[in-house]
Amino acid sequence: MSEEKNILEVSHLKQYFTVKQGFKKKTLKAVDDISFAIKPGETLGLVGESGCGKTTVGRTLLRLYEPTAGKITFNGEVLFDSGEEYDENDKIILDANGNPQKHKSVSKNMLPYRKEMQMVFQDPYSSLDPRMTVEDIIGEPLDVHHLYKSKEERRKKILDLMELVGLNAEHAMRYAHEFSGGQRQRIGIARALAVNPKFIVCDEAVSALDVSIQAQVINMFEELQDKLGVAYLFIAHDLLVVQHISDRIAVMYLGKMMEIADADELNNNPIHPYTLSLLSAVPIPDPETARHSKRIVLEGDVPSPLNMPSGCPFRTRCRYATEQCAKEMPQLKDRGNGHFVACHNR
Amino acid sequence: MSEDTNVLLDVENLHTSFFTENGEVKAVNGISFKLEKGKTLGIVGESGSGKSVTAYSIMQILAETGRVTEGKVLFKGDNILEYSESEMQKFRGEKISIIFQDPMTSLNPVFTVGYQLEEAVLLHTNKTKAEAKARAIEMLTLVGVNEPESRVKQYPHELSGGMRQRVMIAMALCCEPDVLIADEPTTALDVTIQAQILELMQDLQKKLGMAIIMVTHDLGVIASMCDEILVMYGGRVCERGTADAIFYEPAHEYTKGLLASIPRKDNMNEKLVPIGGTPINLLNMPKGCAFCPRCKNAMKVCLEKQPDEYWVGEDHLASCWMNIKDLYESQEGVH
Repeated sequence: MSEEKNILEVSHLKQYFTVKQGFKKKTLKAVDDISFAIKPGETLGLVGESGCGKTTVGRTLLRLYEPTAGKITFNGEVLFDSGEEYDENDKIILDANGNPQKHKSVSKNMLPYRKEMQMVFQDPYSSLDPRMTVEDIIGEPLDVHHLYKSKEERRKKILDLMELVGLNAEHAMRYAHEFSGGQRQRIGIARALAVNPKFIVCDEAVSALDVSIQAQVINMFEELQDKLGVAYLFIAHDLLVVQHISDRIAVMYLGKMMEIADADELNNNPIHPYTLSLLSAVPIPDPETARHSKRIVLEGDVPSPLNMPSGCPFRTRCRYATEQCAKEMPQLKDRGNGHFVACHNR
Repeated sequence: MSEDTNVLLDVENLHTSFFTENGEVKAVNGISFKLEKGKTLGIVGESGSGKSVTAYSIMQILAETGRVTEGKVLFKGDNILEYSESEMQKFRGEKISIIFQDPMTSLNPVFTVGYQLEEAVLLHTNKTKAEAKARAIEMLTLVGVNEPESRVKQYPHELSGGMRQRVMIAMALCCEPDVLIADEPTTALDVTIQAQILELMQDLQKKLGMAIIMVTHDLGVIASMCDEILVMYGGRVCERGTADAIFYEPAHEYTKGLLASIPRKDNMNEKLVPIGGTPINLLNMPKGCAFCPRCKNAMKVCLEKQPDEYWVGEDHLASCWMNIKDLYESQEGVH
């Protein structure tokens, strides 16, 4: 990983929310101590069940939420750093009073960086302003960042973008409601691409689409990556889609990172018990395999993130759980070939 | 297909339309199928293909603007479309039950789970309240809800999505119907919970012997659950056959396109082959085959005439001109 510079590095990222329960205030640890990196032009898939914090990760990266703690480095520049220090074993360093030892914290104004980092949202119906024409929707980021000199240039840029994502130029003056789901998603993607970003967070970007349209949009994501060299954080709950589009895949459970590996490696050699059951739970569109495969059916539901089990959050549903799992959260350790797993027992 | 004594549900040439401000929307356009005892029939299609409307037409729970305009739905020989509303009320739940996609909105939030289960039992049987309560607890145990005695006192919002779907299944099955219609039963659920629910449905089918109609857009769910599959597009059946026939020898251009466009284990590193274009507008149906505007092999005849269903193998029918191309060309001498 070291020889190529990462476009995005995240270390010890935490995002807590305060939730009121009656008179009591509780902390919801949506993202708890997550570290990963994305290389330029790479797709990192992020999977997990609903409520595991995968969307929060995407939003926190773009600072749509202010992170509780951690460090976000984009293209070599530190965008946010809460200042905690960690030793070589990734344990937090405490000072004499038992408080975390801190260096100076950083929190940069994001506006200039929004040009480099963009987002495509899940719902193509609610993420486009119904009172704006397509031209204005795609043109808005250009306006915000003053990326044109004349009206003609703005229009040309917009039409180029529309062509890039496969929309007709004559659609420019239409409103969002006049388009189908797949076309709306293309508008959302064109808007994200308008500022020529190096990194795009795709939050369930194909989940709301029908299968035949989904394939069109997945292919478009891949073609745009080949053409423009943009890196994706591809967040989705559909494992087959993620496996198809991603170079590497990260698996989250209740705010914690469980496993990161190359897509093929994760597919052929999953290690974490959660990944195993997640993979085996995916219904395979092939009757022969379906007849012979044995699902590892997990007992029970995901625990409430307000009431997290101690230690490893997966232990309540895990076949391999031991006493040690209840005591401490295993660290994400390299098992070779960039395959990181957080599990005591496997 | 085998002798008719096993046939529970026989749908013949069903047409359902919605009468909207913009005109008549023909959501279902002549669907026929037979469902046998203990079998699972899968209906697969994209949004707007008419798969849910087919299910709602059978149950007669269409929205106000919708009406079955033609066809028969025979349940053990009786045309249930001729039933009065009160006969239908008796029929629903007792003979055929339905579970819906969204367990969050299909349970009543102001009544306890137990009350809603008992209500179904009391409506359809002569059981006393105490017996109904016992039945509710028995059903919850059957669908794998832990601590059923305390669960019956809880309200739907206190349960998780998977638990709610289990309650829905318990409610649908508490009068031991012959047919269970499952309309996208796992779409709103996470994969691990989806696996639990699918496993549960298969178990219950073995135990209770009901037939299932599985309506879904997920080819994975279809592959693992169904004996027979209907592929729908634009309100019509474009292909039907056994799971193996549909997945390994697809004969309709739409089915082929659908299978090529989904990510699978064996095409991970290849490009997907999407179906071009967008799904059809039901207000503006083409004269010929509904799929032909998106079909890359469309011929002249496809634009003009809707093909009938032709046998393409044992227990395997498709309505696509491509399969009878030679026959057609020899007759008409057209391209």
